[in-house]
Amino acid sequence: MQLFADNPILNTVTKLVAVVVIMFSFVFVVMVPLYNVLCDALGINGKTSGERYEAVQIQVDESREITVQFIAMNNEGMPWEFAPSRTMMRVHPGAVNDTVFMARNPLSRDMVAQAIPSVSPARAAEYFHKTECFCFNQQPLGGEQSTEMPLQFIVDQGLPRDIKTITLSYTMFDITEMAEETAATAVASR
Amino acid sequence: MGDHHHGPAKGLKRWLFATNHKDIGTMYLWFSFAMFLVGGAFAMIIRAELFQPGMQLIKPEFFNQMTTMHGLIMVFGAIMPSFVGLANWMIPMMIGAPDMALPRMNNWSFWILPPAFLLLLSTMFMDGGGPAFGWTFYAPLSTTYAPPSVTFFIFGVHVLGLSSIMGSINIVATVMNLRAPGMTYMKMPLFVWTWFITAYLLIAVMPVLAGAVTMMLMDIHFGTSFFSAAGGGDPVLFQHVFWFFGHPEVYIIILPAFGVVSQIIPTFARKRLFGYDSMVYATASIAFLSFIVWAHHMYTVGMPIAGELFFMYATMLIAVPTGVKVFNWITTMWQGAMTFETPMLFCIGFVVLFTIGGFTGLMLAIAPSDFQYHDSYFVVAHFHYVMVAGAVFSMTAAVYYWLPKWCGKMYNEAMGKTHFWISFVGFNLTFFPQHFVGLAGMPRRIPDYALQFADFNMMSSIGAFIYGSSQILFLYNVIATIVAGKPVSENKVWEGAEGLEWTVATPAPYHTFAVPPQVR
Repeated sequence: MQLFADNPILNTVTKLVAVVVIMFSFVFVVMVPLYNVLCDALGINGKTSGERYEAVQIQVDESREITVQFIAMNNEGMPWEFAPSRTMMRVHPGAVNDTVFMARNPLSRDMVAQAIPSVSPARAAEYFHKTECFCFNQQPLGGEQSTEMPLQFIVDQGLPRDIKTITLSYTMFDITEMAEETAATAVASR
Repeated sequence: MGDHHHGPAKGLKRWLFATNHKDIGTMYLWFSFAMFLVGGAFAMIIRAELFQPGMQLIKPEFFNQMTTMHGLIMVFGAIMPSFVGLANWMIPMMIGAPDMALPRMNNWSFWILPPAFLLLLSTMFMDGGGPAFGWTFYAPLSTTYAPPSVTFFIFGVHVLGLSSIMGSINIVATVMNLRAPGMTYMKMPLFVWTWFITAYLLIAVMPVLAGAVTMMLMDIHFGTSFFSAAGGGDPVLFQHVFWFFGHPEVYIIILPAFGVVSQIIPTFARKRLFGYDSMVYATASIAFLSFIVWAHHMYTVGMPIAGELFFMYATMLIAVPTGVKVFNWITTMWQGAMTFETPMLFCIGFVVLFTIGGFTGLMLAIAPSDFQYHDSYFVVAHFHYVMVAGAVFSMTAAVYYWLPKWCGKMYNEAMGKTHFWISFVGFNLTFFPQHFVGLAGMPRRIPDYALQFADFNMMSSIGAFIYGSSQILFLYNVIATIVAGKPVSENKVWEGAEGLEWTVATPAPYHTFAVPPQVR
């Protein structure tokens, strides 16, 4: 390919600059999404897989008890009071368990939040099924209001026997601005 | 060009507005030597603290800044620019070109370097200190828990990356377009070949490094969560992106060194280089393999077993082309009429010590045993054998080898040989014991250590002071040569030397090959 037939040096340089631009974009456009896809597919690094849990024959494994710990954190600058109602539960694999998390918006204005979950140890992530979770949706909360946010989960019977404790942690993000923007564009496009 | 050959401009303008490849090469070389001394001084502080167990001289926070800055300065400020300087000086003279293809960009790619490093060094005087997260700046240490100065560090990395990219584009453009008539690719000297391939590596991976620090910048200031698990990102992603740059980077450092050694050994063995073609192909295969082995730096992050196996076998495969190279150097020396001038001594030192570093690299490549060696002093010993005894020794050899051609004066041979032997002994005294303490479990990047490592660490520190001070002798020898060395008049300074750079006058005139030579 000869872009500048009369100037071979400029020709070489143009191609090389194109390589530089491609490699810089490669990081964002290929490496990051590819990494996330691979982690999801392989169920590694504590990302709970996005696939829906198909309930298998309910067989509660009474022979062992798993400790499930709950941690609630706020992201930087997030003012909500956010905590699990119980910090720990002992559950049987296969059983359906319910618990709630408490949240209170101490500010006078309405806010929208989003909770992001993480499971450790990472190996347990694919055996921890959330059938109902407040993290599936955005959580709007009026000024100075409180709410109880439900969580329903099942620990898979297939959980490796050496895992005795699972920790589920949530980080609460303030997405008020982002939610407002989305709402605004939705109205504008109507 | 025309008929009038003008000399260099006078005074500061000659350097500030330099477009001559020799002037720019000279500036690169001096700058990198200055950085070598700065990075070396940091190493001396590290070794002084580790002279005895317990906290002796400096605070742990400062120790962390020292290990970080030592690594950053040595990799990006000393070794890389020194080889770019050598490329600037030698590539046009080796391929019969009048100058680099893009002389003005060449000026810029040098002159943005000193500000980048001043910025980097200035972070140590800012609130919270300079970078203290290791030269690999893993997130979240370099994002969530970084000192506020990290933004300046990021900008510095952007600038020096830009400098490297411009330098590499210049080298590729020169090699592809400005070769003298008859200088086919397979006739190019190996130093040109290794740099040609290195330049491609740089063009491919420096943008990846820029991408990694850009993501850090966005995580810190613009609310993204590339590396923050709390926001759906993953700190392990940082390690993948970093080492996708980082592993080719180590070959960027060592390939030009291979080229230098392949020039010098035939000269003093008075034989042609054994297996020229296989050297070229081995260099190209190493460059290719460098892109598919990055995760061997991170066996312990929890990869799937298939990943560990793939990266382990791919890494061990690199030993094959590297083995070809070592074999060819030894075979070149075999039955040659060898003499042992300083450049040759450094090259033989290179071959022996680099091979040791290669073998410890193979040990580290084995995933199950790497779990034991990971982040220990064994790793420190390994990469100093390949970085110092590899890259720095060959760079030193290059300076002794071409210095008479550059300035038309001969260095003091006795002083050069003394420099070699002090370096050789000092280097091995520093780093050989680190294999032992590493295997016994001493972790790297920690300012204190368990009592049983005391003796070996004291040996290491003494060796480091010896090696460090031998560089002052080197500096003295170079300056003394330039100021008052014995003049050399032969074009061919070394009787066994081959190549176009030895056909021009000594010292090399300001403009060479204004008329391209005919290569047979």
